[in-house]
Amino acid sequence: MAGTPLGMLTQPSAAPRPLTHTRPLAIEARGLVKRFDNTLAVDGVDIAVPEGAIYGILGPNGAGKTTTLRMLLGIIDPDAGVRRVFGNDRPHEVARLIGYLPEERGLYPAMKCDEAIAFMGALRGLPLEEGRKRGRELLENHGLGYAIDRQIRQLSKGMAQTVQLLGTLVHHPRLVVFDEPFSGLDAINQGKLEVMIRDLARGGTTVIFSTHVIHHAERLCDDVAIIAGGRVPYAGSVDLARDRIPAQVRLETARGEGVWRSALPEDARHDHKASASHFWHFPIPDTGIEALLKRLIEGEAGILSLSIERAGLHDAFVEIAGEAAARALAEDAQEQA
Amino acid sequence: MDIPHDKARLSLFAAARVVARRDFHAILFSRAFFFFLLGPLFPVLVGAMAGGIGGQVQREAAVNTLALAMAPADNAAMLRARERLAPQLGQGLPTLTPAEQQIAPEEILKLTGENYAAVISGTLTAPVLTGPEGPIAYWSGPVALLAANAAADTPAAYPAVTRSPTATSVAAARSDRIRTAQAGQLLLFLLMMLLAGMVLSNLVEEKANKVIEVLAAAIPMDAVFFGKLFAMLGVSFVGIAVWGSFAALIIALGGDALPSLPTPALGWPLFIALGIVYFAMGYLLLGSLFLTIGGMAATVREVQTLSMPITMMQLLVFFLAAYAITQPGSLLELAAATFPLSSPFAMLARAAQFESLWPHALAIAWQALCVLLFVRFGAALFRRRVMKSGKAGRAGKTARRAA
Repeated sequence: MAGTPLGMLTQPSAAPRPLTHTRPLAIEARGLVKRFDNTLAVDGVDIAVPEGAIYGILGPNGAGKTTTLRMLLGIIDPDAGVRRVFGNDRPHEVARLIGYLPEERGLYPAMKCDEAIAFMGALRGLPLEEGRKRGRELLENHGLGYAIDRQIRQLSKGMAQTVQLLGTLVHHPRLVVFDEPFSGLDAINQGKLEVMIRDLARGGTTVIFSTHVIHHAERLCDDVAIIAGGRVPYAGSVDLARDRIPAQVRLETARGEGVWRSALPEDARHDHKASASHFWHFPIPDTGIEALLKRLIEGEAGILSLSIERAGLHDAFVEIAGEAAARALAEDAQEQA
Repeated sequence: MDIPHDKARLSLFAAARVVARRDFHAILFSRAFFFFLLGPLFPVLVGAMAGGIGGQVQREAAVNTLALAMAPADNAAMLRARERLAPQLGQGLPTLTPAEQQIAPEEILKLTGENYAAVISGTLTAPVLTGPEGPIAYWSGPVALLAANAAADTPAAYPAVTRSPTATSVAAARSDRIRTAQAGQLLLFLLMMLLAGMVLSNLVEEKANKVIEVLAAAIPMDAVFFGKLFAMLGVSFVGIAVWGSFAALIIALGGDALPSLPTPALGWPLFIALGIVYFAMGYLLLGSLFLTIGGMAATVREVQTLSMPITMMQLLVFFLAAYAITQPGSLLELAAATFPLSSPFAMLARAAQFESLWPHALAIAWQALCVLLFVRFGAALFRRRVMKSGKAGRAGKTARRAA
């Protein structure tokens, strides 16, 4: 599912450059800039999302995720840069192909559930009657059949959120944009949403979502853009992001000393507890694993276990966006929890 | 739903219709609409109460006492005559009080502590009524009647008065039509005042419920504005239909007993049709402005704060148009007809006074263009000023922190 990554983009582009992708792009943005009064909210964001991908936008609150999404959807216009949705630089021209769940959820409190879904569909060109019919079906399928005739004001926050989510999808969009879709959902509903996102992508729908909870992105996304301070220091596949940090070797030996020690890097981390084995952590040596193993065996290190640990997306995020952004992200996640 | 790219957006009209339909139903079945229907009752009730109180005050304040400053015998004869005639004429006769001091009538009128409308002096055959012009003109007839009855128990027959009405002049007809013009303007103003508050707070609901972003992402903000404006216009037409039916019922019941207005220059059917068009235009112009201003407000409290200067502005516009009625063909009238917000008022007044139709076609086209421009400007401002950030206040701080 990986499109050709844009790679490292740290500077805003002066002018749009042609992009080469194997699949057509659902969204393409180049050098997006947005300033609010004295705040530079977005400072040269580049994003390319191939059709059918699940794309994550990662960053702490205030990093510029929502502003970027709003520019991509045409809710606000960028001060500089270009954005194209399905090749159209005026997103409202293709609004019927898009579904959008904003971070700040909102429905008319006096509307009934099926009416609310139908109304959201009507905004995207779905006839009202068809919207109401589909709305009832969706509510039934998501265990909310009993609430069809209830007003939104009579629902719990989570139920209202589900109704809005269904309203976002009722017109069968080709591109779905979720702004912080997991916030406010309990663990069970977060799991259901993950399944729903995968199903959408399986059906050919492009899904973009922003989040400050990295494990959702890690589980779901093909590609991610990391936003920090209004910039995109990384946009590309999750795998490539993780590969930016060398894989770590985790070695467990029976002995702590011996000639084999010279096979380990000098900065290898050593953990040893009394009457227990020795643990070593170090990057894969340039000579490779086989040569390392050979020297350890010949040196009688007493190998108890050896594993190669790949870096997680969180580690990549820390590496790419920096400690400050990672700390902000963690704080936001904690607040959310 | 596999939608081809060339049909991938709703037209402005279709998008506005979705919003208008939602708003129309939401308002029509709300408590606010009930109060909106009751709205015109309040000015009518207050007007009736104020009129009643004013009339009472006027009646009580009106002085109908005349001082008698004739010879004592003549004074007594006048009092007897009044007593005799009172059962037949009652309030039509002045109250007579003999002056206590023998001084000149002019001096009697200056006495503090007394409150005479005029002073009767002279003789029964040649009474003299001294006082301000209004009261002496009003009381000269009754005083003559009293003097005649005082002079003789059985006065000679009074001559019959021949009445000779004349046809009204062109100038008089135009002058009469000003009343129709004023009434039309006043009605227009009252209707728009009723709507203003509702339009002002219209977008606050979307902002409070956070629905605005859903709308802004799906359809252009112009469509949201147009939808909201036309929904309110539809609601106001329902209101007008209700009030109009009520008014028609009163007219049918009241018939000739009700005061009537002079026929406008363009005739009643066309005048009413133009009135509806100018109401719609006036509302759309003012509404688009109010929607923009109201859209800038974050809370209902802010809207309430805004409403006072806006009401004052409405009054100023109304006064401009109302004053322009008296200056037909002047630069002032042209300014009132051209300035978008006063144009519907000024042109409705024109429809009452003048026969020509082409200025109305021109004015309606101009007003429609202004509506379009106002909405475009308002929507652009709304997008720029309101749709700023996900969580207000965090963007700057956290972005810097993250950087």
